Amino acid sequence: MITLQHMLTLSAVLFSLSIAGIFLNRKNVILLLMCIELMLLAVNFSFVSFSRFLGDLDGQVFVFFVLTVAAAESAIGLAILVVLFRERRSINVEDLDTMKG
Amino acid sequence: MIVQVLFYVFSAILLAAALGVIVARNPVYSALALVLAFFSSAALWLLIEAEFLAIVLVLVYVGAVMVLFLFVVMMLDINVEEIKRGFIRYAWLGWLTAFLVIAQMTAVFAVRGFGIDTAVGVAPQPADHSNTRELGEVLYTTYVYPFELAAMVLLVAIIAAISLTMRRRPGLKPQDVAKQVAVRREDRVRLVKGVGAKSDAPKGEVP
Repeated sequence: MITLQHMLTLSAVLFSLSIAGIFLNRKNVILLLMCIELMLLAVNFSFVSFSRFLGDLDGQVFVFFVLTVAAAESAIGLAILVVLFRERRSINVEDLDTMKG
Repeated sequence: MIVQVLFYVFSAILLAAALGVIVARNPVYSALALVLAFFSSAALWLLIEAEFLAIVLVLVYVGAVMVLFLFVVMMLDINVEEIKRGFIRYAWLGWLTAFLVIAQMTAVFAVRGFGIDTAVGVAPQPADHSNTRELGEVLYTTYVYPFELAAMVLLVAIIAAISLTMRRRPGLKPQDVAKQVAVRREDRVRLVKGVGAKSDAPKGEVP
């Protein structure tokens, strides 16, 4: 029998793997976007399992909205990435120092 | 029992795929590992009876978003070696953070009396139970305005993505359909007298 702890632990491990991924691939914008997708997946895992084990369907509705926003986010993010590559011929984060931040 | 075995199998595949996403040297392999992660998550969601979201995950993420990712990765000519330089320098910080986050979260779940460990498994739904129908009934009544707002978000995303990536290149010769339709006979056709016919105009003035 799967319990809530199983799912939440899996979600936590997935989330922290994606945090580690952001640290590891901090130069490559496209991998950062992929790690953000992985993070959203981990959060969705928590939503779905709470929804299932507490018997409340609202969590799944929220996952639906998170999926929508994540799709929009990745579409716009990739569009920005394409424009950026067209301008700079690079997607290295360290090359983006125009504003001296 | 078999559900638990399946849970562990799919979790192992999911975590291995997630690890593959973050350590792969080539972004194409990362994207493919992410596809595998989404597939195994869909299988896990099926195991806890969230059928609609599992199908949506496969259709939307694997079918649309990851194809977009793969398309962009392959379209951009990325210098992988230069990007990967400095991979090791902050790796220990990343793993340390990940380990701390896992430790903290599992500590929260493991606390007794927190309220969530009382849910020791839930009875499975009957065979004729439809998760999609139930979700639709909530989505189109209680959450109908947020649902329409989600549609607006997608519309804004479409417009933003198109207007960001569209560029005007000089030297193109596009058709102007309105001009083509509005053209009249007098603009294009001019009658000239043929050779041999009696001409009023002097020679050499044939237009």
